[in-house]
Amino acid sequence: MTDTDTQHPGLAVKALDLKIDDISAAYGDNVVLDGINLDIRPGELFALLGPSGCGKTTLLRLIAGFADARHGRIAVGGKEISNLPPWKRDVGMVFQSYALWPHMTVGDNVAFGLRERRLPRAEIKRRVDAALSFVGLTSQIDRRPSQLSGGQQQRVALARTIAIEPKILLLDEPLSNLDAKLRVQVRRELRALQKSLGLTTVIVTHDQEEANTICDRVAVMNAGKVQQVGTPTELYEHPANLFVAQFLGTANVVEGKMTGAGFESDLGVVLALPKGIDVKPNAKPVFRPQDTVLTPKGQSSEGNPSMPGEIVEREFLGSTIRYGVKAGSSHIWIDAPFRSGSSLMEIGEAVDVTIPVERLLWLA
Amino acid sequence: MTAIGLHNNRRGTFVSRVFTGATWGQVSVALLILAFLLAFLVWPVATVVWVAFTEKGSGVFTLANFVDFFRTDLFIRSFWNSLYVSGMAVVGASMLAMPLAYFTSRFTFRGAGLIQILGFLPLIMPPFVGAVALQLFFGRNGTVNLLLDDWFSFKLGFMEGLNGVIFVQSIHYFPFILINLSAALRNVDRSMEEAAQNLGSYGFRLFRRIVFPLALPGYVAGASLVFVKVFDDLATPLLLNVKDMLAPQAYLRVTSIGITDPMGYVISVVLIVASVVSMWVSSLATRNIDYATTQRGGGGIAKRKLRPLEMALAYALLTFIILLVLAPHVGLLLLSFATIWSFSPLPDGYTVAHYARVFGESSIYIKNTLLYASLAGVIDIVIGTAISYLVLRTKLVGVRGLDLLASAALAIPGVVLGIGYLRAFYGIPLWDGTPLASLWIVIVLALAIRRLPYALRACYAALQQISASLEEAAENLGATKASTVRRIVVPLMTGGLVAGFITSFATAAVELSATLMLVQANQDAPLAYGLYVFMQSAAGRGPGAALGVIAVVIVALSTVASQYVIERDRRAKGGSNSND
Repeated sequence: MTDTDTQHPGLAVKALDLKIDDISAAYGDNVVLDGINLDIRPGELFALLGPSGCGKTTLLRLIAGFADARHGRIAVGGKEISNLPPWKRDVGMVFQSYALWPHMTVGDNVAFGLRERRLPRAEIKRRVDAALSFVGLTSQIDRRPSQLSGGQQQRVALARTIAIEPKILLLDEPLSNLDAKLRVQVRRELRALQKSLGLTTVIVTHDQEEANTICDRVAVMNAGKVQQVGTPTELYEHPANLFVAQFLGTANVVEGKMTGAGFESDLGVVLALPKGIDVKPNAKPVFRPQDTVLTPKGQSSEGNPSMPGEIVEREFLGSTIRYGVKAGSSHIWIDAPFRSGSSLMEIGEAVDVTIPVERLLWLA
Repeated sequence: MTAIGLHNNRRGTFVSRVFTGATWGQVSVALLILAFLLAFLVWPVATVVWVAFTEKGSGVFTLANFVDFFRTDLFIRSFWNSLYVSGMAVVGASMLAMPLAYFTSRFTFRGAGLIQILGFLPLIMPPFVGAVALQLFFGRNGTVNLLLDDWFSFKLGFMEGLNGVIFVQSIHYFPFILINLSAALRNVDRSMEEAAQNLGSYGFRLFRRIVFPLALPGYVAGASLVFVKVFDDLATPLLLNVKDMLAPQAYLRVTSIGITDPMGYVISVVLIVASVVSMWVSSLATRNIDYATTQRGGGGIAKRKLRPLEMALAYALLTFIILLVLAPHVGLLLLSFATIWSFSPLPDGYTVAHYARVFGESSIYIKNTLLYASLAGVIDIVIGTAISYLVLRTKLVGVRGLDLLASAALAIPGVVLGIGYLRAFYGIPLWDGTPLASLWIVIVLALAIRRLPYALRACYAALQQISASLEEAAENLGATKASTVRRIVVPLMTGGLVAGFITSFATAAVELSATLMLVQANQDAPLAYGLYVFMQSAAGRGPGAALGVIAVVIVALSTVASQYVIERDRRAKGGSNSND
């Protein structure tokens, strides 16, 4: 981030930081956001990721000014905006439904915010052209929104928003209204557009794949709180808690309890606690499906402890085969690489699951 | 109508589906309905048009009748008067409806629910009944003018001539605009407004550039309905003694000069053209633009609380409109209990004699109304169900035409239908030699045709809500098509059908435009006709008002009942629809 002032032809946008400081919000007695703190860096593509009802959309609407916070402040580029009405904030938002006005053409939609700002006619035309060419829809300027495809409508919504040269760009579930095939393509385009524009962007999504593939950093949210902030790989490799581990990818949890000697699984396997790391008293050992191996019963190597179990599920995923193993009260997923001709294990087979002691995460 | 076309592949046995697209039963039902519509809608209206365009006596095509029409000062004046009154009634109704619609959709305040009631209170009283009651309050020697004269020594001509018609119609029909505009505002997606705010728009500019354009189709739909209703209304101007408007002229020509005089038919054609044009304008405004934009953001524009000053303003306005809307009801009630009410702000004394008379010698009116309206309602529901079923569940060729034909009755003013019936059925003698047109059944048929479009929409809605898989399940278990309709479709539609029946019943009960023409004998007359006859004389106003109160009570009870049925039906089906 050495060059924070990106200049795209036609549109002058500044990359500013967004600071969310101790924000809380509630609908009646229902606390939706509870002490949110985030520092979003200039030019960053930042995701708010979480299951529905976690408060991510409310947080986005708070930044845009469409909801009221009980507490806290929001600042863009060092200037507080929390007390401004939505129309004074210069925070561009692309709505989940796109919210294109059906009674206006594409050109009128894009020009709307500029006309509201009473810009000179020539400037409005220049910026509408720039915004539409930026999203590649110059030829559609006289069409009605209803005549465009879903992907095109979204790009019009984006053009309409960036035409006002906002300080921050907010995207609410930008891919949810597109079909699955288009989604992969559009998310790549979105990242390319955002990077060439250089505008600090916050995107709300419930889809971890979406957040992981295009975002610089991700805030995982649950129950009105930020669980962890980090790059996608950080979150995957070093999840702060069980929720993050399970929300990003698949995580196997060994059931059991803490004893004086360490952690004793319900099948009697005792695992020593790692040294030098603070492990919470209610923590459990967690590992990823690809970090372990499955061996026929009695054939596991002596190096690592293992749990006896039985294969109850088998899913073919293309490059891997995923086995579901019932081991005591733990349900363990194990990924085995698949090559043509490799022999498969069958449902009902008795197996040993090796516990990868050196890769265990201790999470609560 | 989105469900049309979803069912194309499932009807009839394989062979019959390939060759005819429907079973013989379905074909014969369709033909029966077609015959009914041809006999009682197309033929009478065609007769009217034919007479208007032919020479009297010889039957040769001519435009002479129309030339006469445009050369007669009275008709030209009537034409402009009708346009002026309808236009001004739209303006008046808009002035009442717009603030109410805006207040309820933009602000939260106590009493917002009251506006919903306001939305149907005027409609439960026929406008010509309201006209009499409003005379008492706002007429030259009505309450308001007497008080004004006492205190300030001047009078206002609320009820003089055309003003009176405009005044009465504005108060009566503003709910059409209120209901349509409110619905349109509720359907504006919240994010449409938020997106504009996000781009820097707010306040009145936001309303003007985003909210109002999005709600405009709803407004146009309501306004054009008001225009047509006022343009076609016969009884209100007649009761206010305004004769130089088109509908009264058509009526007077036919009743005073005779059913062979072509001018009544020419005026009828002009009325039909005006109806069709204003419906066309309305459909132009609502087509193309799929403004029912409710997506995921939740319906309606953002609401906020009123500030104190705004609150005071809102309540003042609300009170004023409520008083205005209640005036006809209060006036009618007072009149029905009044001994003498003349040249005084309130009646001189009170009595129940009028009710005794109405329930005694005039109870035939009430019996007739209940009979006619019920029969009309039943006919409408039967035909409505049959057409909806044929359109939604079969691929019978041309069945959409039946739907269009039945709906076309919307464009035919009541007075025109009445004239058409008179002319078409007068030449058909019954077994005892009296003409068919004088039989009371004809009144029922006219009422049924008039109300059919509304009942048809109710049946459509009821059938559309039933998943086709429920019927398929019955057929899969061995039920025949007829038995599926009887045991699955009709029971599931019941709620919607009852609601549709009650709506037809209630509106038919107070319909006068068509019946005024068709009542031949006093013992065959429905309540609305009796009311009209009573109101002609000063002495009859008391019993007339009592009849009016009874009419209002019938309609009000029906409206409440239909709301109750719809609500109960919605709750009962709430669980089973979720898996759709």
